[in-house]
Amino acid sequence: MFSYLPQTEKDIKEMLEVIGVDSIDELFKDIPKEILQKTPLNIPKGIAEYEVYKRMTELAQKNRQGLSFMGSGSYDHIIPSVVGHVLQMPNFYTAYTPYQAEISQGILQSIFEFQTLICELTGMEVSNASLYDDHTAASEAITMAVNTRKKADRILVSGTIHPNTRAVIETFFSDIPVKIEEIKTENYVTSLDAVKDTIDESVAAVLIQTPNFYGWAEDLTGLADLVHEHKALLIISSNPMSLGILKSQADWGADIAIGGTQPFGLSTYFGGPSVGYISTSTKNTRKMPGRIVGQTKDVDGKRAFVLTLQAREQHIKRQRATSNICSNQALAAMGSGIYLSTVGWKGLKEASSQSFQKAHYLYKRLTEELGLKAIAEQDFFNEFTLVIPDADRVLTDMESQGIFAGVGLGQFFPDLKDAVSIAVTEKRTKEEMDAYVELMKRVLK
Amino acid sequence: MNIPGDLKYTEGHEWVRVEGNVGYVGITDHAQHELGDIVYVELPEIDTEIESKEEATNIESVKAAAPVYSPVSGKIVKINEDLEDNSELMNTDAYGAYIFAVEMSDLSELDSLMDADAYKEFLEKE
Repeated sequence: MFSYLPQTEKDIKEMLEVIGVDSIDELFKDIPKEILQKTPLNIPKGIAEYEVYKRMTELAQKNRQGLSFMGSGSYDHIIPSVVGHVLQMPNFYTAYTPYQAEISQGILQSIFEFQTLICELTGMEVSNASLYDDHTAASEAITMAVNTRKKADRILVSGTIHPNTRAVIETFFSDIPVKIEEIKTENYVTSLDAVKDTIDESVAAVLIQTPNFYGWAEDLTGLADLVHEHKALLIISSNPMSLGILKSQADWGADIAIGGTQPFGLSTYFGGPSVGYISTSTKNTRKMPGRIVGQTKDVDGKRAFVLTLQAREQHIKRQRATSNICSNQALAAMGSGIYLSTVGWKGLKEASSQSFQKAHYLYKRLTEELGLKAIAEQDFFNEFTLVIPDADRVLTDMESQGIFAGVGLGQFFPDLKDAVSIAVTEKRTKEEMDAYVELMKRVLK
Repeated sequence: MNIPGDLKYTEGHEWVRVEGNVGYVGITDHAQHELGDIVYVELPEIDTEIESKEEATNIESVKAAAPVYSPVSGKIVKINEDLEDNSELMNTDAYGAYIFAVEMSDLSELDSLMDADAYKEFLEKE
């Protein structure tokens, strides 16, 4: 494989001659003139390889290391080194989606394992090969509901879901005659009474996130029955790490389980890439987007993997497709699969329960010793939201001393400028949390 | 091509079998032949009110996905759940495998549908 393909003026001229056009510009003649870029792009002149290397090193050195207590959808969990080793195998990371799927047994097996793990975690019957992230998974789940309940046009979305999920949903459905309505919240959890007051047969789906955006665990007792009484579908989004100790989506009676698998073996990077997961019951299989890999036997009776289903997209349904997302996050999903198979169910429970316990330790110290108040008194998993006066300054001060103390929610909701969401994982030690408390004590003064 | 004489037909290759005020709807032998092996029949929801010529549901074959339009207006009162696990019945028994049944609100709509002879002629022209 070439790292780059040089083109000389002569090459370009020859190629243009072969296809019978006079200039490169002529290749773009079908594009309306008013949207064509008329001036050259503002790109600096080329520099030598060594100069590029030096410049990039300088930039990289500006990165600061710090202890992360930030969450809001992306968490700093321990990643076993084997995950990185497998992901860096060129036969996986250079491969694009297998068009001749069955020839790529390795990638099919990794997808099959991922699907199996997601089903075991969520308690659902069938999972696809993954989607971009939890936000597109939410939108695709709603699409499934709308295609199941064709005459229903309302979607009830809890006010406690991640605002990014909400934003992606708004974009997805901006040109589709579906009404997105927000369910009222009470003390920063979903009000089930509010669902009861508004639900009827015009509702196609109800979307809830637990633990929710503020970290609080939602009590969804009775919700599934209420939703199903009105023929709607219940979609529950969950941080999969929480499923190590909390109730699964199937336990709550969900029809579609979604979320993002970033906590499993994927670094926080700059907020991505994550992996969206979506799983459901067998009867909804045909409505699920993407592809499903199945296990079978080859002609010699040996275990083999096949692309079992990818009906919704261009191959079969073409213009009748109900989703055009064919992509999956194969490499990142493999990372999550390797993570889960490395730590095992026991390791997952351990990571999950340590995250829970450590978060509760920090919460206790911050509320009892420093007198900080939670935004609401609720149960939580590994993330909670406190009211910290002058939050922006506090976060900046703590960051300058090496601790990313949390996510200021003012950037999402202007009226929550003093709310800070704090996440703790099994990776944080007692010493690190104690250092957090001491620093916070000093900074608050 | 098998075209039973006791059914009514549409230009979209659906058939209707009338029993009292209920019309059973399926797709013709010609349609199943054109589609090839049918791998999935999406069943509509019971109690759905539907207009004639409105899309009621979808079927998928190994070659394509095709809409099924309701030939008559009314309320869907029955669906053929056998098709959930045995979609191949659409191929092997095109006129036995109804997809859904409509309690018809306007029986006069049946007059605008083709009888077997007219449908045969229509197929020859097509």
